[in-house]
Amino acid sequence: MDAVEVAKDVKRADLLQMYYYLRLTRTLEDRITALYRQGRIMGGVYTSSGMEAISVGYASALRPDDIIAPFHRDMGAFLVRGITPGEVVAQYLGKRTGPTRGKDGNVHFGDLKRGIIAFVSHLADNLPVATGVALAFTLRGESRVVVTNTGDGGTSRGDFHEALNFASVRKLPVVFFCNNNQYAYSTPLSLQMAIPNVVDRAKAYAMPGEIVDGNDLAAVYLAARRAIDRARAGEGPTFIECKTMRMHGHSEHDSAKYVPRELFEEWKKKDPILKAEHMLKELGYADETTFKEVEERVKKEVEAGVEFAEQSPLPEGTETLEGVFAAEDEVQS
Amino acid sequence: MTTTSVEHEVTYLEAISEALDEEMARDERVFLMGEDIGPYGGAFRITEGFQKKYGEWRVLDTPLSESGFVGAAIGAAMMGMRPVVEMQFADFISCAFDQITEVAAKNHYRWGAAVPMVIRAPFGGGVHGGPFHSECPEGWFFHSPGLKLVAPSTPYDAKGLLKAAIRDNNPVIYFEHKFLYRRVKAILPTEDYIVPIGKADVKRAGRDISVITYAAMVHQALEAAEQLTKEGIELEVVDLRTLVPLDKETIYDSVRKTSKAIVLHEDNKTGGIGAEIAALLAEECFDCLDGPIHRIAAPDTPVPFSTPLEEFFLPKVNDVVAAARKLAAY
Repeated sequence: MDAVEVAKDVKRADLLQMYYYLRLTRTLEDRITALYRQGRIMGGVYTSSGMEAISVGYASALRPDDIIAPFHRDMGAFLVRGITPGEVVAQYLGKRTGPTRGKDGNVHFGDLKRGIIAFVSHLADNLPVATGVALAFTLRGESRVVVTNTGDGGTSRGDFHEALNFASVRKLPVVFFCNNNQYAYSTPLSLQMAIPNVVDRAKAYAMPGEIVDGNDLAAVYLAARRAIDRARAGEGPTFIECKTMRMHGHSEHDSAKYVPRELFEEWKKKDPILKAEHMLKELGYADETTFKEVEERVKKEVEAGVEFAEQSPLPEGTETLEGVFAAEDEVQS
Repeated sequence: MTTTSVEHEVTYLEAISEALDEEMARDERVFLMGEDIGPYGGAFRITEGFQKKYGEWRVLDTPLSESGFVGAAIGAAMMGMRPVVEMQFADFISCAFDQITEVAAKNHYRWGAAVPMVIRAPFGGGVHGGPFHSECPEGWFFHSPGLKLVAPSTPYDAKGLLKAAIRDNNPVIYFEHKFLYRRVKAILPTEDYIVPIGKADVKRAGRDISVITYAAMVHQALEAAEQLTKEGIELEVVDLRTLVPLDKETIYDSVRKTSKAIVLHEDNKTGGIGAEIAALLAEECFDCLDGPIHRIAAPDTPVPFSTPLEEFFLPKVNDVVAAARKLAAY
């Protein structure tokens, strides 16, 4: 986005805060990848490397009492909502201090106190769930909003259709993001849908849709803010397609040989962190010294998180049996 | 709690309506979602007049979208609401299978977020519904940890279990039997009551043979018991009422007393709930069994449409009588 335009609409402090989360997300996920390569992670690793601007951008546009229902490329949103690097690493290590106490792995976690609904592997399952969150707000006359996200592949599922249709019919306060990163595991967009842009799907629901450069932090943030404002004003849902590129395999075990190398080279130049730094410099909001400071800060935070997680206990085997049902006196949010 | 209203006889169907009405009046978090439940009042008229009383949003007509509205109920439940969704027919629950088994059932286990919601599922045959309007899909969900399943057989239980399901902090699938809707009636207490989830009920005590069953088949068992008493065979009819969590103690207590067991259900035989009960009895009550465990269930076919076919398909009073006579000989 044009820096002058950004300066009109976004505060310096907000931009710097979002830049910090971009760096924290990248550093944390790089560190988790390194741990995986050392054989210290349980299970798979699914990162948002090269796509961090999307989830940092939308999560930064929300109020604390709003809700997110993210997917597995949304680490930035978790961090913006207050999940700590230590909790994330503990989750990846299957530790009891992780948000699921070892019951689930990697990015499959949530925390209602911080307004996060846990991701389900079945892509698009969380979209109908998000419409229900929005429905609860509408029923109670609250001015809260829910943002949910899925990938390009997720939009091929029936639940995507059912959710967008219902949300639009009832004008629910929900914003549907789509992280279009060109590949669903190994399947390219051309084999996923016959339309050139995912956003074309929104027309079928009479839902406003928008295409955004998913690697442009300010553009994502501003698009999210517009859609969230619309939802909060009772004007219904919006669909936002963020064009980006998955800069690695589906997960760390996948070398992504099916992706032409030129595509990676092309998108490397559009890295969201580089773009954000360029913009911040152009606006005179930050310089190399600031970037270095942020880098040092996030490194420290991530290392502290890794240490916390590694020192945390694993669950006992018998904890397997706990928590299948909620107790009678369990308090609802 | 009200004690002023006049005692009156209600059908199984009206008992369900009353439970919904009373819970909606009692707790503003309770709301209904489903297809054609608003002005139309639902395919079986259970919510007739509800939208007038509670408004368009609390009695919410949804698009034809089972997965969508079950997912929406999960989201609303996590936000502190108490949604009750109606499957027009239990058969259509297959469209929402993923939301139920993957999202609702695993939610609390995975990350501690409770999902207090009820799915009403009008199920069962004997109504010429054919393969898509007669199914007993409880077996699918019996195998999915995290769901509670109930299946009442009487108006009293229908009302009390629905109230308990709505007040429960977990996803509950409420299997209501279509054949019973207008065929069974009872005078219910005027004051508020619940039937606790997880408690079976001995609908008829007897010393000779235990019949373990639920929903419409309870009535087949009771009729068989009535016939057999003339022959000096006394059946004990155990109505499970709740399928998950199963009241194993009541089942074991009955079989330890009678030493003989018939497991009866309308669902297909293979891999049905009866198979699990038979296995439990073999594990826990082997020493006290005086005869083989009998399973009476529908054959492993879809529910057929035409009268002679459906009659053949459904377990009958005579099946229970014949099995009981055989067992009595041991």
